[in-house]
Amino acid sequence: MAGTWGRFNIASLVLGFAFLYLPIVLLIIYSFNESRLVTVWAGFSTRWYVAMLGNRGLMDAAWVTARVAFLSATVATVLGTMAAVALTRYTRFRGRLLFSGMVFAPLVMPEVITGLSLLLLFVAINFDRGFATVTIAHITFSMCFVAVVVQSRLITFDRSLEEAALDLGATPVKAFFQVTLPVILPSVVAGWMLAFTLSLDDLVIASFTSGPGATTLPMKIYSQVRLGVTPEINAVCTVLIAIVTVGVIAAALVNKRREVLRRREDMALVASA
Amino acid sequence: MRRLLSSIGSRLVIAVPYLWLLFFFLVPFFIVFKISLSQPTIAMPPYQPVFGLEDGLSGLFGKLRQLSFDNYLWLLQDALYVNAYVSSVVIAAVSTLLTLLVGYPIAYGMARAPERLRPLLLMMVILPFWTSFLIRVYAWIGILKPEGLLNQFLLFLGVIDEPLIILNTTKAVYIGIVYSYLPFMVLPLYATLEKMDHSLIEAAQDLGCPPLAAFWKITFPLSFPGVVAGCMLVFIPAVGEFVIPDLLGGSRTLMIGRTLWNEFFSNRDWPVSSAVAIVLLLILVLPIVYFQRAQARAREREG
Repeated sequence: MAGTWGRFNIASLVLGFAFLYLPIVLLIIYSFNESRLVTVWAGFSTRWYVAMLGNRGLMDAAWVTARVAFLSATVATVLGTMAAVALTRYTRFRGRLLFSGMVFAPLVMPEVITGLSLLLLFVAINFDRGFATVTIAHITFSMCFVAVVVQSRLITFDRSLEEAALDLGATPVKAFFQVTLPVILPSVVAGWMLAFTLSLDDLVIASFTSGPGATTLPMKIYSQVRLGVTPEINAVCTVLIAIVTVGVIAAALVNKRREVLRRREDMALVASA
Repeated sequence: MRRLLSSIGSRLVIAVPYLWLLFFFLVPFFIVFKISLSQPTIAMPPYQPVFGLEDGLSGLFGKLRQLSFDNYLWLLQDALYVNAYVSSVVIAAVSTLLTLLVGYPIAYGMARAPERLRPLLLMMVILPFWTSFLIRVYAWIGILKPEGLLNQFLLFLGVIDEPLIILNTTKAVYIGIVYSYLPFMVLPLYATLEKMDHSLIEAAQDLGCPPLAAFWKITFPLSFPGVVAGCMLVFIPAVGEFVIPDLLGGSRTLMIGRTLWNEFFSNRDWPVSSAVAIVLLLILVLPIVYFQRAQARAREREG
């Protein structure tokens, strides 16, 4: 096995992963630096975490971001799942091409364009900018990511299961919630998490669509970064990285557990038959 | 009754996300286009004329006559904008190529890895993608600064005598784009390489084909759909990138996403920033449509 894998492949993986992870690791290490100078090591300290917790503006922004991310991810998951179902189940309806284009385009659309266009819409309809507009903006682009994630799962889903439920008298809604949804649930959860982190992450679209009193954490981080690198920002980033990493790994483990359980159930069924 | 309910249900499933995207994604583009044809004023909103149906038909025509393509002429005449577009496309293209060069060996190594390791490797590529874009770009500032970690390290090794100036140059932008977009390149490449039948390579080698030639004649062409997908996923958003040139590129790096941002936030010229956005969209429409078609074709082939 090692023969086919080869030294070259191992080397490129080691280098590749070093490139991917080293900057993040360095950022985390220097968040524990005693010195205010980010690049000079002066001993271990957690003082920047204390400073971060005492920074009122930063904490307010974190709270706004958490609420926006939770709300927008939840709505985006519902809308994105609906879009995915519409695209996989209904191959023919008027305007399907436009619809699939609109689901697809936001994935690659430069953020400055999405942000500017949404802002101009809100101004045109006289909608006050703030918490609600950032949330709507985040729903709009993250629902497309959810749709793509769920769609890729729905394509491989065995439709005969759902048809069997319909034949046995289930309503389409009931068939969806009791048969289809449990099967595609991991992808729906993954879609929610993706939408959540996209919202947590977004600087450009939030800057365009936000208003007074709705400064998000990335906007706050950005305005401080422009003034220079500080260990306090490293501390905030480390906390964010920790939250996301724990979330992603937990989700992967839960998924794996579900799979193991399902396989065991299958085997039990086979054995009892 | 039930059939009626179910047809309403299926209509809702289509209509709700459809209307949402229509209103919050498509309609805004028309507003951007409309405002790109108007003139800036000192007011809120800072542009005029604003035409609408409330003026009646004659009022509407009156205002339509005031619309102009001045903003577009302005973009064409001012070398700043033309240069920003050209340099955005060039920087994005070079970075895409670099990302491909860095990403291909990683994807190849993953696809050739023992099967039980692959899920772990895949997860390791995806994990940085989950962490904030802004944070990952920010991390590079501390590394690339003149007194930063990279220079400290190279000086310590004695490779260089004086610090390299990387931050606030185009080089830093290349590094930033390659780093941030690497997972977008690796994932589609891995997907095509993993499916590839390795016995083809073995057959070629048995017949006396040298490994490198086998790679160019078999592996690379077979992975081409992944190459196209990866390059598009990097190139299209990179052209309009704002955060990376702003934080790493310094004031001299010209990129259109940044120009748009400055027109909007610093100069408060909404009509010109709208025109900048429309032209950027026109530049990107071709690659976006091409990419979507390619993706749809790939899906059909699989399905």
